[in-house]
Amino acid sequence: MSAKLSTRQVGDVTVVDVAGRITLGEGASRLREDIKGLLGKGSKRILLNLGDVTYIDSSGIGELVSGFTTVANQGGQLKLLGLTKRVEDLLQITKLYTVFEVFDDEAKAVRSF
Amino acid sequence: MDLEFESSLESVEKAEEIVRRVAGRLGLENDELDRLGLAVHETMVNAVVHGNRYNKHKKVHLSLRNDADRIIITVVDQGEGFDLGSVPDPLNGDNLLRASGRGLLLIRAFVDECEVRKAQPGGTEVKLVKFVRKPEIMGETRGGLQK
Repeated sequence: MSAKLSTRQVGDVTVVDVAGRITLGEGASRLREDIKGLLGKGSKRILLNLGDVTYIDSSGIGELVSGFTTVANQGGQLKLLGLTKRVEDLLQITKLYTVFEVFDDEAKAVRSF
Repeated sequence: MDLEFESSLESVEKAEEIVRRVAGRLGLENDELDRLGLAVHETMVNAVVHGNRYNKHKKVHLSLRNDADRIIITVVDQGEGFDLGSVPDPLNGDNLLRASGRGLLLIRAFVDECEVRKAQPGGTEVKLVKFVRKPEIMGETRGGLQK
């Protein structure tokens, strides 16, 4: 299944539900475009819900980092929610666990902004 | 098993799928199968994107062998090769926020051995070795692949 992204608003936080494959090609570029689009619309508190991500590669991880820095450079925050074991593994190996704020609970994540 | 792939992203998926299927038959399962799959995925991406630069005239060769206790995968591209020393360490604090450069790190993390060298007459050869945890299953199927 290729990447499927949908957004919803919870208070002043934009939650992006990401599902499917975030890999080089369509999935990773879709994520990049969506984050850019949200910033363009003025959303600066972005929570990426990765709970339904079935596959992510180094390009997908790169897009998460890129999203994080793009949002931060515009004075916003990008945080992660609901990591699967696979995504968690990759963030540990790449030491990006030290960069991202990661949550298991959506309400807690929303309150943290 | 020797295979030749076009320099495309479809080939990346195809190669991963084939290796996963064979490795699964040889007894690799669950997380370890996922890890090998991702290592092959990243190796193929490097070959297609950085090696052959999507050139339709260049191919990626993948060979798959099995030994008593391991699976050996070799991926060779027809690119210009690269200097391993020039790849920035993605774990270095200065590079942590770079958008790319983590492929080789993941490959090395997910296989038991990884060797990168210049191929002859040109290109890059990457050899991945993954130990299989269930040698009795390996024994049953040994010989199922071309040595």
